[in-house]
Amino acid sequence: MLENLTGRLQGVIKNLRGQARLTEENISDAMREVRMALLEADVALPVVKDFIARVKERANGREVLQSLTPGQAVIEVVNDELTELMGKANVGLNLAAVPPVVILMAGLQGAGKTTTSGKLAKLLKEQKKKVLLASADVYRPAAITQLQTLAKQLEIDCFDSNPQQKPLDIAAQVMEQARKSYYDVVIFDTAGRLAIDEAMMAEIKDLHTFLKPTETLFVVDAMQGQDAVNTAKAFGETLPLTGVIVTKLDGDARGGAALSVRHVTGKPIKFIGVSEKVDGLEPFHPDRMAGRILGMGDVLSLIEQAHKNVDMAEAQKVAEKLKSGAKFDLEDFKAQMLQMRKMGGMSALMDKMPAQMAGMAQKVNMDDAEKSMRRIEGIINSMTPLERRKPELIKATRKQRIAAGSGVQVQDVNRLLKQFEETQKMMKMFSKGGMAKMMRGLGGMMGGKLPGM
Amino acid sequence: MFNPFAKKSAETAPAHVEEKKTAPVPVEEQSTSWTQRLKNGLAKTRQQLGGQLSALFGGGKIDEDIYEELETILLTSDVGINATQHLLAQLRARVKRQDLQDTHALKGALRETLLELLSPLQQPLNVKTHQPFVMMIVGVNGAGKTTTIGKLAKRLQAEGNSVLIAAGDTFRAAAREQLQVWGDRNDVHVVASESGDPAAVIYDAVNSAMAKKIEVVIADTAGRLPTQLHLMDEIKKVQRVIDKALPGAPHEILLVLDANTGQNAVNQLKAFHDALGVTGLVLTKLDGTAKGGVIAAIAHLSQQSARQIPVRFIGVGESIDDLRPFDAAAFVDALLDD
Repeated sequence: MLENLTGRLQGVIKNLRGQARLTEENISDAMREVRMALLEADVALPVVKDFIARVKERANGREVLQSLTPGQAVIEVVNDELTELMGKANVGLNLAAVPPVVILMAGLQGAGKTTTSGKLAKLLKEQKKKVLLASADVYRPAAITQLQTLAKQLEIDCFDSNPQQKPLDIAAQVMEQARKSYYDVVIFDTAGRLAIDEAMMAEIKDLHTFLKPTETLFVVDAMQGQDAVNTAKAFGETLPLTGVIVTKLDGDARGGAALSVRHVTGKPIKFIGVSEKVDGLEPFHPDRMAGRILGMGDVLSLIEQAHKNVDMAEAQKVAEKLKSGAKFDLEDFKAQMLQMRKMGGMSALMDKMPAQMAGMAQKVNMDDAEKSMRRIEGIINSMTPLERRKPELIKATRKQRIAAGSGVQVQDVNRLLKQFEETQKMMKMFSKGGMAKMMRGLGGMMGGKLPGM
Repeated sequence: MFNPFAKKSAETAPAHVEEKKTAPVPVEEQSTSWTQRLKNGLAKTRQQLGGQLSALFGGGKIDEDIYEELETILLTSDVGINATQHLLAQLRARVKRQDLQDTHALKGALRETLLELLSPLQQPLNVKTHQPFVMMIVGVNGAGKTTTIGKLAKRLQAEGNSVLIAAGDTFRAAAREQLQVWGDRNDVHVVASESGDPAAVIYDAVNSAMAKKIEVVIADTAGRLPTQLHLMDEIKKVQRVIDKALPGAPHEILLVLDANTGQNAVNQLKAFHDALGVTGLVLTKLDGTAKGGVIAAIAHLSQQSARQIPVRFIGVGESIDDLRPFDAAAFVDALLDD
């Protein structure tokens, strides 16, 4: 996800970092690159213009020019503004109403409403909510069956809608059943509709009036282009939206829609869809996404994933290490790799790793990546504990020994060391800059509170 | 802040409830001319693009501001940076060469430039080359593959071909049922199996078509994002298996693209082409506010790489007749004319 935007911005960042002194001119150059990168990432033009103007203004301000590392400071500004653009913090679902709480799903055709409804139901079920799924998509053939099949897979109740009925009648029956059977939450899926289809927009408006949903979620495809803003605007005017879900972020879409939609609707992005699987819905964290876009990696989400899948002690160890960036050594490097393998889904994990490492994996296919990971592990295993802690010790003869020990060429050892060095640099950067902020959040998380909604 | 829009829907709201009653079953609409249909479908696009353009082309001198404005319009139509710069460079060259003075003439020049870029993509699909002619429909999730197949089956049947649909999307819940409904509506046989392997379903369909002397087989596949490498492998396997059932097949691999898609459409094309060798495109959902400018980005890309992948069809509406062959001139006209 987002690799392309990330790649572009990385180039800009590299250039800026190399600058001893920032002038208005090289900031301008960099901003032109940022503009191109954002446009290529399908961020809406008005949003891009706004964004650039604000970054420029701040970059020319005192905080940056007087900074000892002005390049770094500009990156900070871009990071801040990106976070700002996507909303400041994660906003969870609002379920504070008299049950049954209604969640209404709306969006274009093919945005992923039905699949997302299922995923959302699963999330809520995990929170011990009694959930009823219902579909009012009487237009698309078999749309109702799709939701029912999904519900059956997830073992969640699904209202038996009749495609011959009007959506409003379905809604009435759904609410009756929900009240009678004491459901906590009703997730109401609707047909995909074009924002310019006035009849359909009127229909969903009527549904909204009737259902009085606590949450009205706009589902948008991450691959959407410049038109995303128009659609979002139009939906936002017809319906009092309460949040946005961005789907299909596991593709190579650059996620520009995510950046634009929040800006246009003013509503928080609450979740992102990151996998076809039923548990592929994650709470959205703007700060982490900004980090991801800038290629600083989303170490936090990575750790959260570790929380979920790997034992706590292991995760904490890595987190502690990461916190003190300088100490990041080959042991941790290896531990990271091990964890990744434990957690499965290479590509999903790569999204969250710092760009250099992700970039390294991007060039090869995932099978090769798995292989090379095993090789890296082998190489590290052939090092002494001292070498692992102090890789700078590894010179010519040690390299030869390690290469022989792990059955690779000296070049492979060199490559690994270089990769490691880059990662270490990245980690160092975190601990100095943006990471500090992230880590404050991490402290809270480590206090035992479960990540998520 | 977007009052005009809100007002419009509020005013007309009561009327819609009435209209809605007829909506559930897509009825065949009175046959308007196809250019008219495309224009209707692209009405919003035109309002956006054309409206801006006619303001721009109202006469007056050609200056830098005009080009900048044009760049903005192209970019917001999803034409993409590279293609936009290419188009503008071409336009500038044309203006210089023909010594054009005012913005009226600029419009003509823009039409020609766009046409030059897009007309190589206009190559209609010919299903008479093989029998059975096997088509494989691929694309990302939610692009409109299944709906397109429904429309396509209807269209090919109307042209006098016997058609068989293979429900190769064995992954998404109820994808099979969705196709079946389409099939029932148009009296097209749908080959499906309870679950399992898409390759097997399509293999059966191809064999059945050969036995029954059916002319066209349309194979549906599950939506997949190009980043899901195992799914890309799976679809390669489907292709290989089809080739086993009938050497040389599939004869057409259609990639379905959502007109709402931004620059990612280019990535999609690249990825699917690398995996399968895409032979044609279908651009769907052009009836929304999306501008489908990404076609220009694709055309620009194929111009550079000398691999022309034609746009076979465009989808301009929800009803079953709204799938039309791509006509570059009509497309450009619909974009630029008022």
